[in-house]
Amino acid sequence: MRPLPRLDSINRDFWTGGEQGELRIMCCNDCGTFFHPPRPVCRHCLSDHVATKAVSGTGVVDTFTINHQKWHPKMEVPFVIARVELDDAPGVYLTTNIVGCEVSEVDIGDRVQVTFEKQDDIFLPLFVKTA
Amino acid sequence: MNKNNEAYITGIGQSEIGKNLLRHPLLLTVDAVKEALDEAGLSIAQIDGVSTYPGRVPQMLGFSPIGADELIDALGIKATWYAGGGEISSQLGAVVAAVGAIRTGQARHVICYRTVYEAAALARPEEYPMQRRDRVEGSAQWTAPFNALSPATWFAQYAMRHVKKYRLTREQLAQIALTDRANALLNPRALVREPLTMDEYLSSRMVAEPLCLLDCDRYTDASTVLIVSAGEALDEVKCTPIRIAAMAGSVDRHSWDQAEWMASYATGRDLWKRTDYKPADVDTAQLYDGFSFLALTWLEALGFCDVGEGGRFIEGGKRIALDGELPLNTFGGQIAGGRLHGFGFAHEAVVQLRGLGGERQIKGNPKVAVATSGGGPLATALLLARD
Repeated sequence: MRPLPRLDSINRDFWTGGEQGELRIMCCNDCGTFFHPPRPVCRHCLSDHVATKAVSGTGVVDTFTINHQKWHPKMEVPFVIARVELDDAPGVYLTTNIVGCEVSEVDIGDRVQVTFEKQDDIFLPLFVKTA
Repeated sequence: MNKNNEAYITGIGQSEIGKNLLRHPLLLTVDAVKEALDEAGLSIAQIDGVSTYPGRVPQMLGFSPIGADELIDALGIKATWYAGGGEISSQLGAVVAAVGAIRTGQARHVICYRTVYEAAALARPEEYPMQRRDRVEGSAQWTAPFNALSPATWFAQYAMRHVKKYRLTREQLAQIALTDRANALLNPRALVREPLTMDEYLSSRMVAEPLCLLDCDRYTDASTVLIVSAGEALDEVKCTPIRIAAMAGSVDRHSWDQAEWMASYATGRDLWKRTDYKPADVDTAQLYDGFSFLALTWLEALGFCDVGEGGRFIEGGKRIALDGELPLNTFGGQIAGGRLHGFGFAHEAVVQLRGLGGERQIKGNPKVAVATSGGGPLATALLLARD
């Protein structure tokens, strides 16, 4: 079991967009810039005219680690923790897991695509490598 | 330079350093305070300020059990200024805040301290419970759901960039832990006083690649005190004052995954803008190493070598050894000296500049030292000088 986020009015779209297969990132309606974490104000132009917007869900592995430590007894290791930069949202990074391949197959610069894992009411955006 | 306008570290103190100590964390703090007062020749009545990081943290008492409020009341301090909080540019930010108070005449002698009780809290959770919630919130929600549960997993990703981009090797990175452990053998107060070999390092189990267990500091119980005094009050002090010659601190984005790069780099660059000293003037570097990789990045950030060259700079270990050209973490760093959480580095810089290092004292009459804390999303650097 993963620790899950407490939903509120600001983060709900990000954590539940996966139900519709959508990765939703906060975007400014005035200057058009994406930003993360979601907040009710644009960090580029300070506008509060902001809303989430679905992005394609493709990106690139900016950096990663292979985690070997069992941080609790039931944790299955090893697994990959990565920081993914989204194609459609320059400067937005997501900490995530790269799944669907051997841990040794992940590298910086790998092309990846979002896939959602449901746990309770949360749809976690994980990523798989694309060919 | 008019010394009356400057701020100085005067008395320094340290409690016993151990694991699962039974002595109350307030008493550990008082032990360190008394040692610092004795060294400075000050009485508690002369203290008029207190500064700490990160203040009492009720949901994680082991991380920070003693707030400034409690210390002030417990010791009867008449404070004209005080501060304690975590929203500052890392642990030594508490010293930066105190210097601001002193230079603006709000205080003359400020006790700056950091007390940690993480080993004891882990061993005695009934007394020092961790408050757990069903759901995570705040910044933790962006990492914990992906089982990125420890700073080790966050820093490992920065370290992996160095591995891939600059060809940092495990043998190079090992020199931080090897140097720490060698130095700790000469420090009677150090937490880990056992020699370490390269083979032992290389066979240590991985935590989060490229960081292994021996790249990490360990939960520690201890208190460290630095008294910061006004230049105009130095005639009240009997120990050799150490001038805080320059300070820098920064936060880019206080986030483990949105910042382009670590805050140490901007902090190191800014430090040299505020002084005539140059990196070549530094006689010893006491650089935050809660994870070994942080000390390596501080070497780059402070301009001791170019960005990406940290691995080659420390290769073989001679350059950063006690008798090398830039002795590093001479008390054992956090990895072997104990997780004093930032304050240990400034404490040791003062010890070395006063020539009081005993067996671990560096040669050559050192006059300038740099001490840092943090280095990830938050960073602070202090340049210290004996005039």
